[in-house]
Amino acid sequence: MLGKTANGLFWMYRYMERAENTARLIETGQRIALTRLNQTDEEWLSVLQSADCLDGFKATHDEISRDLAVDWMLRSKDNPSSVVTSVNAARQNARLVRTAITGEVWEAVNSAYMALKKALARKVSERDLPSVLRLIRHHAALVRGVTHGTMLRNDIYDFARLGTFLERADNTARILDVKYYVLLPSARAVGTSLDNVQWESILRSVSARGGFRMEYGAGGGPKEIADFLILDKRMPRSLAFCVGKLSDNLGYLANEDDAGAATREKVEMLRNGMLSKSIDDIFDFGLHEFLQKTLEELSMISRQIEQDFRFYA
Amino acid sequence: MSEHSVFDEMLGRDAQVRAPYRNFFDWFDQEDPKRLRAKNREAEDLFRLTGITFNVYGRSEAEERLIPFDIIPRIISGSEWAKLSRGIEQRVRAINAFLHDIYHTQEILKAGRIPREMISQNEAFQPKMIGVDVPGGIYTHIVGIDLVCTGPGEFYVLEDNARTPSGVSYMLENRETMLQMFPELFSKNRVQPVQQYPIDLRRSLAACAPNMAQSDPTVAVLTPGIYNSAYFEHAFLADQMGVELVEGHDLRVIDGRVAMRTTNGYKPIDVLYRRVDDDFLDPLNFNPESQLGVPGIMDVYRAGGITIANAPGTGISDDKAIYSYMPEIVEFYTGERPLLQNVPTWRCSEPESLAYVLDNLEDLVVKEVHGSGGYGMLIGPTATKKDIAAFRKKLKARPKNYIAQPTLSLSTVPIFAKAGLTPRHVDLRPYVLVSPDGIKITPGGLTRVALKKGSLVVNSSQGGGTKDTWVLEE
Repeated sequence: MLGKTANGLFWMYRYMERAENTARLIETGQRIALTRLNQTDEEWLSVLQSADCLDGFKATHDEISRDLAVDWMLRSKDNPSSVVTSVNAARQNARLVRTAITGEVWEAVNSAYMALKKALARKVSERDLPSVLRLIRHHAALVRGVTHGTMLRNDIYDFARLGTFLERADNTARILDVKYYVLLPSARAVGTSLDNVQWESILRSVSARGGFRMEYGAGGGPKEIADFLILDKRMPRSLAFCVGKLSDNLGYLANEDDAGAATREKVEMLRNGMLSKSIDDIFDFGLHEFLQKTLEELSMISRQIEQDFRFYA
Repeated sequence: MSEHSVFDEMLGRDAQVRAPYRNFFDWFDQEDPKRLRAKNREAEDLFRLTGITFNVYGRSEAEERLIPFDIIPRIISGSEWAKLSRGIEQRVRAINAFLHDIYHTQEILKAGRIPREMISQNEAFQPKMIGVDVPGGIYTHIVGIDLVCTGPGEFYVLEDNARTPSGVSYMLENRETMLQMFPELFSKNRVQPVQQYPIDLRRSLAACAPNMAQSDPTVAVLTPGIYNSAYFEHAFLADQMGVELVEGHDLRVIDGRVAMRTTNGYKPIDVLYRRVDDDFLDPLNFNPESQLGVPGIMDVYRAGGITIANAPGTGISDDKAIYSYMPEIVEFYTGERPLLQNVPTWRCSEPESLAYVLDNLEDLVVKEVHGSGGYGMLIGPTATKKDIAAFRKKLKARPKNYIAQPTLSLSTVPIFAKAGLTPRHVDLRPYVLVSPDGIKITPGGLTRVALKKGSLVVNSSQGGGTKDTWVLEE
């Protein structure tokens, strides 16, 4: 496969995943905002910070509000991880790798682009927000579904999966970090019913509430939730799960020339580090510090993939 | 030209449905126009979803447009097609012989059949190709011959496309769309298939691989990139052939081969189907500013390390000034009379012709010798006095740059308009594959249709549409 094609596949799936996860982050922010006690829109600063787009927002806006933050994350062309930017970039990359993906995958990406272009042509009102977020998730699921159902399991698929899980790990870490930021100003709320409601909204935003309840019944607090989203290998959005997938797919790509050796080494370091410890160890280390460190390692892995597989000349 | 003299391919000149259309017409007659209209919209959605769009030059960034598709097929009988394809094959054979001659001993110039300056002063002539022995002796691996019809079985060649003819993806997608929308039509009519084209193309290209290639040659398609107006087609063809779609920056010359950067290192290419113009192919040998090509590819090519399809320098054979010599060219190389007719052409480089053209601008079509896509031409009968005056100035300033032809009475085929069937002018571009194994012509081709009433301009860049083209089994 061409290095350029591997690059295009990797980013097409990263951006598709990012569009979905940005929608999930907005949903998290919205839910937390709806359960807060104070009357400011400060928590949106945390959401933007977690989405790694706060600096860009501040550079173009003087004040923060729910509407401005949501619009920035959904529709802004100046925000490199807004839903609109991500879907456009996913489609652009899909055009680039049109020969590597099946016709059905291309059509799914193209129809996501067309539907969201229409749905996001104008500012989305608070009332319409849930259905728009659902639409984004729906289209992302379609792309994932036809990918699963129509693509050969070869190196093309491996690069698609690398992009998907790298981005997903990145986003799960960020969604968890939102909670950390929101908690900061009100540390005394830890363990209150409000705190639990907010943790639960994190679960919801990664579609993990059902699974969590299946495992823990009516019990389980913040620690169990963090454990579930970070260390549980059965939970498809957990860090351990995503990093495990990275490791698997890099294994499939390994050949007689030992392609991707440097990347595999970095992934194993991440896997055998904190992710092999217990949630208590992670809390002792500091949740925020752990998440920040994980994000850094993920971005190093991404750069190593680019090098190992000759994405650029 | 008066309206009654126009030949309609469905209704003839006497409003009697012609034989190839009878089956279709009976079907159409029974159909509810409402259902057809809904189908028409469905076709458009299908095209948008599959992304069969083209980028329009000079418009806002990355604007993608659909080429309008008309659901009424253009139908050609098997016998008519057989005759036509014999003529096409003869012409394509002659073009290849001409190219070989022009870049070798130039017998045709020595014989005085074409003036020497027509070649030596022609921008499309590629001195770097002189004496190069191209793999398999094939210059034009893929040719599109533009034809117009003026009466039953009367076809004229409007122009030859011997560089990188485009549009074949529309031929394939139009058929696919018709099959999806009206499967019943294909059980009622025995239509010759076109879907084998991508496989034929891959086989034909592989058969032209240089001698040093392995038994299963590596083929790749070279595109200028996703902003090119025909990018969709480049991706489509690479996908359908199952080969890599590469850009200049994916390629590099290594050890006398052109190689592409894969995830496992550089891998040599045997046959490059390039959709990049000659001038941009190799910054070391041609335009040094080019970002689209591969530095040094021409040196590899001359040493027999790669096949470039079509060969550089083929433009000399589809040049509009050379076009006028095509009857002589066919006779000179095949020893036969041309089976396909040329449109009579005045070369404005010749003073007598220029005088005639200047006197008769309002009746003639005047084209730029190197132009394409329907840009920069004058259609006398429909032009305003002001247009003609402006064009006269351009023509006088650079007469060599132009040729002129009479306005032919182009045939029409109905389109499905709001008011029902309405005749519109059409042309036809069949696609021809050439390899040492032989010449292969896909039955049918791309029918382009002028959607505006009375218009003769069918180019998609000028608002033309397309139709599925059927060749019936005999």
